[in-house]
This record gives sequence, C-alpha cells and structure tokens, in this order.
Amino acid sequence: MVMLAENRNDKPGDPGFEERLAAFEDRVARGDKVEPGDWMPADYRIELVRLIHVHSNSEICGALPEGGWIPHAPTFKRKLALCAKVQDEVGHAQLLYRAAETLGKPREEMLQELIDGKAKFSNVFHYPAKTWADVAVIAWLIDAAAIVNQTMMSEGSYGPYSRALKRICYEEAFHLTHGYDMCITLATGTPVQREMLQDALNRWWKPIMMFHGPADKESKHTEKLMRWRIKLKTNDQQRQQFLKKYLPKIFNLKLTLPDPNLRYDEAAKEWRYTEPDWAEFLSVVRGNGPMSAERVQSRRLAHEQGAWVRDALNAAATNQPVPMPPAVLAS
Amino acid sequence: MHDTQWRVFEVFHQSTRGEPHVHVGSVHAPDAESAVILAKEQFSRRQACVNMWVVPAEAITATRYEDADMFQHGTDKSYREAFGYETTKRARAVGDMQEI
Ligand SMILES: [Fe+2]
Ligand SMILES: [Fe+2]
Repeated sequence: MVMLAENRNDKPGDPGFEERLAAFEDRVARGDKVEPGDWMPADYRIELVRLIHVHSNSEICGALPEGGWIPHAPTFKRKLALCAKVQDEVGHAQLLYRAAETLGKPREEMLQELIDGKAKFSNVFHYPAKTWADVAVIAWLIDAAAIVNQTMMSEGSYGPYSRALKRICYEEAFHLTHGYDMCITLATGTPVQREMLQDALNRWWKPIMMFHGPADKESKHTEKLMRWRIKLKTNDQQRQQFLKKYLPKIFNLKLTLPDPNLRYDEAAKEWRYTEPDWAEFLSVVRGNGPMSAERVQSRRLAHEQGAWVRDALNAAATNQPVPMPPAVLAS
Repeated sequence: MHDTQWRVFEVFHQSTRGEPHVHVGSVHAPDAESAVILAKEQFSRRQACVNMWVVPAEAITATRYEDADMFQHGTDKSYREAFGYETTKRARAVGDMQEI
C-alpha cells in the first residue's frame, strides 16, 4: 500500500499537486492527524524526517553525558533514578526513530548518519557535564526546556510523531521532578554544594538559552512548519514560555544567572535577555562544539561493542549457531 | 550494516486481566520472541502490565482512510441503540408507578 516515490505527485508542478496541497492544508488546519499512508507534500515529509531524526539523535546523545555519571552518583537512590532516566532517554530515541521511519527513512540509515557525524543533535549535548551539579542542571532545566518543546510538538499534525511524544512527555515528568529535586538538594546544601550548582548554572545558561533554536527573525522554515502544524509555536515563543515558568523557580533557590540584560518587561509581559550568538549555535550543532566529536565517538563505540548482541539475535532467529561475545572469546 | 533493519512487530498492552489489549506502538525484532523482550523494555517500564501481544505488522490488514465513508451510516441507525427508545416516557404514560 506504500505509494512509490515517483507516483506520489507530491511536488510543486506535479499533476494535481495544487488541489491536493489545498485539501491537505485544509484538513491539517482543522486539526486532523496525518497518517503514514496519507498523501502529503514532499516537503512535509522531508521537514518531519529532518526534525524527528535530530530529535531521536538528541535523546541518544543526551543519555551519554548522564550515563557517564551513573558510577559517580552520590547516593544509591540517585543512582537508581539516573539509570532509569538514561534508560528512558534511549527508549525515547527508539520510539522516535520508529516514527521517522514511517515517513520512509530506514532506522539503520539514521543511526549510521549519527555515527558518521553527518546528522545533527541538540546543541546542549555538545557541551561537557563536568560535575554532579551539571547532571542536576541538565535533568532539571534542559529536560524542562525539552518538555516545553515536546508538549507543543505532541499536538502536531503527524500522527505517529504525536503519539510517540505523548508517551515521551509522560515519562519526562519524572526526569524534570528528579532534576529539580537534585537542584534543591544542592541549593540547600553546604556552601561547596551551592557553589557547585551556581557554577554549573553559569556554564549551562548560554546553551540553555539557545536550546529552542534561532530567533524567529533568523529561522526561515517557521512559517511553513506552523502552517502544516508540524510546529505550533515559534522558537521565541517556546523560549518565553520556558523563561516565564522557570526563572521564578531559579531565583527562588537564590541562584543567579550570568546575563546582565535579563529583566521582565511588564508592558510586553515578556522576558528580555541578551540575544544568543546564533553563529556560535550553528557552528556547535554542525559538530564544532567542545564535546561534538566525543559524543559521536561514544555512540560509535557503543554500536560496535553491541554488534555481537545483534549478531546473536540474528543467528538465533535463523537457527544458526549463536556467536560468543568478544569478551568471552578473549578470556 | 543492515543488521537491525528487522521486521516490525506491533505491540498490544493489557493493563489488567479482563481489560482489552491496547495498541501502544511497535518494535523491530528478528523474531517474535525477541520482539516480546524488546516490547517489554520499551512499553512496560512504568504502567502495570499483565499481558502483552506482539503481532508482525505485515499480518495486519487495514482499511484505508480514503475509504472511511464505508463506515458511514446511510440510514438512521438509532434502532440499534438504547437511546433510540423512549421506554421510560411511554411506561409513565401507562401506569401510576413512581420509580421507573
Ligand atoms: Fe527524553
Ligand atoms: Fe528526559
């Protein structure tokens, strides 16, 4: 039932394209969900694949700095919670690759592009998690920023993505609360703990302010993405929503932020801030961040070291002798 | 490469005995047995689950959304529904029972 690419007539100039596009935009505007077999403009498919692919990669790469801290968690309870969060994030990636796949891009290809350093992932995961307080700040504020984005996207027009995001958002609630709990512990702890938290926040604030992507005046795709209900809010709107909800909580913990221009504009009912350096943002997501190469390398290593599991599963499924793991062979 | 582009299995989850199995998503797996293991990891990390089905996606035959009009009712089907009958009103009109 999958239509051949050449028969889709989904590009401007193809026979009947304009009428189909009008009908498509009509139903999307009514809040109808688009399903994999439905007709959709080629650009809708391309934009969604691009977006979901980056999203899945970010779930995987986000688990890397956190995973590295599991052996160093300060208490057993924190270790359990961090393990659970990391497992969730990798699960989110699987759900999302599957959603992207319904649009025609094979999962293998997406995983390979990440390993080859050809695919993007969220700017925030190109930075190092230096201390335990970084883990707390990531879990609280980066997950908070992600929840703003994912809750909005879960109302979007593409059925499989929207359903995956509903499930993801439900799990994110624990990540956020656990992150907040870790930050409260550090904020109300010893002077050293407070200092560690403040230092982590100082280092993370710039990447966090860039998290929702370039300012509206700089992003070219926004209008189309919103018309097709792929996105329901602009980057700046998401950033404002995040600031409104979390700045009061940050200040309540008597923490400060390294932005002298940060102030609430009563008249506009908006936060004012120093515009992030979007050239730096683009350079970072293109792979020039402090940890870009390291993240891709870790992912590659994990993929290679897990090869024997996939080989064993394949062998068992086809009644072939199951190979031994390399560690067993070596010993 | 091409070692995990496995078959797709649709996953159905039952939260309590007696309740229906509900579709929750899908997994890739080389066979049904591994599909169950992967589905368990992916879809029962939190919610209660007493039973799970995995079904090869290709085993499902689905109607097309374009053909949704075949489910449209051509005629009034209220005679199939409880609300299609006015028994209380009609019974009151007959007798003098207060609680009906
Ligand atoms: Fe996640
Ligand atoms: Fe998360």
